[in-house]
Amino acid sequence: MVGGQKPSGAPARYGWWKPLLGVAVVATAFLAPFRVRGDVAVPAGPGGTLGSATQDGLRQDAGGGTPSGPPRGDRNRLGHGGGTRDRQHNTEHGERGPASKRIIVGYGFWIFLLSDIIMFAAFFASYAVLSGETAGGPSGRELFELRNTAIETALLLASSFTCGIATVGVQAHRGTWFYGAMAATFVLGAGFIGMEASEFASMVASGAGPQRSAFLSAFFTLVGCHGLHVTAGLLWLLTMMAQVFAKGYRDDILRRVMCFSLFWHALDIVWVALFTVVYLMGAGQ
Amino acid sequence: MSQAAQGRDRHHADTAPGDAQRDGHDLAQGVRSYLIGLGLAVLLTAVSFFVAGTSLVWQPSIPVALFVLAIAQMGVHLVFFLHITTGPDNVNNVMALAFGVLIVILLIAGSLWIMSHLNHNMLPMDRLMQMQR
Amino acid sequence: MLGKLTWAAIPLDQPIPLVASGVVGLVLVGVLGLIVVKGWLPYLWREWITSVDHKRIGIMYCLLALVMLLRGFSDALLMRSQQALAYQAPGFLPPEHYNQVFSAHGTLMIFFVSMPFVIGLMNFAVPLQLGIRDVAFPTLNSVSFWLTATGALLVNISLVVGEFARTGWLPYPPLSELTYSPGVGVDYYLWALQISGVGTLMSGINLVTTILKIHAPGMTYLRMPMFCWTSLASNLLIVAAFPILTATLAMLLLDRYLGFHFFTNEAGGNAMMFMNLIWAWGHPEVYILILPAFGVFSEVVSTFSQKPLFGYRSMVGATMVICVLAFSVWLHHFFTMGAGGDVNAIFGILSMIIAVPTGVKVFNWLFTMYGGRVTFAPPMLWAVGFMVTFVIGGMTGVLLAVPPADFVLHNSLFLVAHFHNVVIGGVLFGAFAGYTYWFPKAFGFRLDERLGKWSFWCWIGGFYLAFMPLYVLGLIGMTRRMQHYDVAAWRPWLLIAGVGALLILAGIILQVAQLVISIRNRESLRDLTGDPWNGRSLEWATASPPPAFNFAVLPEVAGEEAYWSIKERAREQAQAEEELSYAEIEMPRNSPTGFICAFFATVMGFALIWHIWWMVALGAAGAFATFVVFAWRNRSEYVIPAAEVARVDRAYRAARRKAYADLQAAQ
Repeated sequence: MVGGQKPSGAPARYGWWKPLLGVAVVATAFLAPFRVRGDVAVPAGPGGTLGSATQDGLRQDAGGGTPSGPPRGDRNRLGHGGGTRDRQHNTEHGERGPASKRIIVGYGFWIFLLSDIIMFAAFFASYAVLSGETAGGPSGRELFELRNTAIETALLLASSFTCGIATVGVQAHRGTWFYGAMAATFVLGAGFIGMEASEFASMVASGAGPQRSAFLSAFFTLVGCHGLHVTAGLLWLLTMMAQVFAKGYRDDILRRVMCFSLFWHALDIVWVALFTVVYLMGAGQ
Repeated sequence: MSQAAQGRDRHHADTAPGDAQRDGHDLAQGVRSYLIGLGLAVLLTAVSFFVAGTSLVWQPSIPVALFVLAIAQMGVHLVFFLHITTGPDNVNNVMALAFGVLIVILLIAGSLWIMSHLNHNMLPMDRLMQMQR
Repeated sequence: MLGKLTWAAIPLDQPIPLVASGVVGLVLVGVLGLIVVKGWLPYLWREWITSVDHKRIGIMYCLLALVMLLRGFSDALLMRSQQALAYQAPGFLPPEHYNQVFSAHGTLMIFFVSMPFVIGLMNFAVPLQLGIRDVAFPTLNSVSFWLTATGALLVNISLVVGEFARTGWLPYPPLSELTYSPGVGVDYYLWALQISGVGTLMSGINLVTTILKIHAPGMTYLRMPMFCWTSLASNLLIVAAFPILTATLAMLLLDRYLGFHFFTNEAGGNAMMFMNLIWAWGHPEVYILILPAFGVFSEVVSTFSQKPLFGYRSMVGATMVICVLAFSVWLHHFFTMGAGGDVNAIFGILSMIIAVPTGVKVFNWLFTMYGGRVTFAPPMLWAVGFMVTFVIGGMTGVLLAVPPADFVLHNSLFLVAHFHNVVIGGVLFGAFAGYTYWFPKAFGFRLDERLGKWSFWCWIGGFYLAFMPLYVLGLIGMTRRMQHYDVAAWRPWLLIAGVGALLILAGIILQVAQLVISIRNRESLRDLTGDPWNGRSLEWATASPPPAFNFAVLPEVAGEEAYWSIKERAREQAQAEEELSYAEIEMPRNSPTGFICAFFATVMGFALIWHIWWMVALGAAGAFATFVVFAWRNRSEYVIPAAEVARVDRAYRAARRKAYADLQAAQ
């Protein structure tokens, strides 16, 4: 750079802090009523209790009983307990049999998310290898507008937060919180998709479409794959609102809401890698 | 999930990923985790965007700084949004995560390493094609 | 309206594919006709097609694998006879057809024989061995199976409509790019694999979750049978590797369909990146296949030596080490690509290191047999045949892991001999061992032992005859995938290899005969004890075939060899069986979701291959609608009352008592 002295207006070049400030304001607004009303413990509805008794079908013993402490010789609880036990205590407690459905479903979805992230890793690897192959076409430095990226990031971050609020709301069986937060998540997510779509459209219109160079192929695939995931997430989100509305706070529905929130948060993590590697590093090159 | 079912879940020394271990249904407590996470994430994002555009720091250090910030932010998301902890109830979740991260690192680092050596040793494909003409 | 599809797609002018597809079509129509005429359709629909029972799904996976084995093996016979004839002659297969044959052979054998076979065995045996009622996500399991079947169907449709890929079992660009492969062959390959890959991935998620989260009480991780451990490792590899395949093939699809430039020669694309990514999946894939086979052998060797597995914990450790190392060696498939000496050296050394845990396993099996009372029933024969054959294959593998040697042997028949040596001698022998070992559990009667032994000897003899010459041919310079050749010195070896293939054919015919004759003689081969081999793990603790709920009461596990210790305790205490307290059982309801999803997936895949866009939209909408309807259902489980559970279990126990009494009386 010419001289160490930076023009004072330089960081405001793309006003990245404005959308982030907006998120903070929204979040504070969310918090205000929560602090007042949140301390009231909400009892679970009777429907939920009944539902759980029948849903945990894989469990052999009907009663949960009290925990008998960590099993011997298995301090880290890697296994499911050790040692022998009397048949009489079969139905009370002791060593654990199959895990509960919520844990099974959550874990299965967790494994799916990891596999999904490995798929993103393959696209990331391609992008990293091909990012220099512009074939005489435009590079990231000429194409990326960090102001847009900042707004997109803010939208997605805020939606991750509202999605978290929705899960808190749904676990407390608070319809207002759940529907409100889910609607907010949808609006924020749709805004993100809308911005990304218009960014893509303007790039294609200016002759920087995915067919232009290997770099742009990799860019559109990587970012587009994330965008497709968010779009699928939006469809899922609507389905979950409809399911909670139609079926109430049933255990299997709650498990799906949990999976949805995992999905949504994971997409945000992928976006962190995306805006760092693709946009920030790409624009800085 | 009903309280009874959640109580039973806790007797399993396991937690589903994304489930915070909370007592009861304290809304404020639930929100607090997300709020802290949001605060940290906003902060880290802001620093990332600032660092990317600044000319205050030594330029070659910028990608490294961005990298560190991104990893820190992923950690924040994992802890405060996905409720992954180091507790004994999370061993399985963390093990799976560690396996996934290992594969991601092997795949990306391995590809970059192999392909950079290849590009170093070989002519680029378009040049090769031109030579054949 | 119909995209690229015209009458020209049906090979009316080529006799071989026409006859082949005609025969396949006739057999298919015949089977379907028989089913409809005999009125079996409602039974099949209720009990098999819509079944979410892990045992049924496992059996269907194995059946799919066996049928596809016949198809893939007929391709192998075509290639062997072509190479036997094509010395200074064109042979009977024109080049473009020959290329399709070897591509289809590899694709089928890996994706639609080996994969379904090991997944089928895992599906069948793992929940039984863990002492539980079903996998974690039963309906998803059914969806997985039917999507795999969709992939197999698409590959076979390519026989009749259009063509298959001519690019080998891994479609290397730039040959597989639109410029050089403008036909639909590569598209058939890609969509078949994408669809079945989704199924495989879901199946992997399902089994990982099952093994890690659902156990009978007391079944700690370090008490799980070895097969469960190797299944865990294999499924972890599926979960980690298949997304890479999906992403890589998606990039090739984008290149072909939308003009992207990932692997093209123009605009900065890099074909080498495809090799890199596909092998980042491809190497773990071979461990996905071999690890369950290792598990089968561990069970078989210990059962037929009547000894606990030697070095159980070292075996667990070796399995998990392989699971991680599998992801750090993929470059040894393209040493010759030009990444340079330092990269090649590191990957060469890492590849050789994998031989260490594998060696641990081989020694463990040998020490398990040492001092045991070994009986050579067919499963044990497969196991011993495997140990000898696999060690040879493994050592040629170590040879190929030496980069300078690989520069000589790369893409030669030596390589072909090596991977057939480990895939046939390892995976396929393992699958056959598992098939004969668990068949009595699945159907309640044994397979004919005499025919089983004959078929084993035909297979192993045929294998050595067919593939040892290929090592020689590779060393004297013959490359793979040659449609014709002019070197006189190669001819005798290729003739020997052809004879070997015929001997393997005899082995396959004997296997089919074994199945048919065993079904006919099933009453005399009946096993009422549920434990025909004097087994050691929990699958032998229940009836054969097991009831839908597997175990009337979940067994309690107190040690490493769950069923063995239960039997020993019973023998020591010499007591009458205690009366169990039965409770009602909830089981997942059957669901046609998997079949309907697969139907729409087939429609969508076919439409995508032929660019029939309205049909693509139709298929996608149908699949989504199926999904929503499934998600909307209110009851996912049904209850088996305690009285019914008690009735079924008491009947089994009475039959078992009687069978053991008869056995004692006979002695």
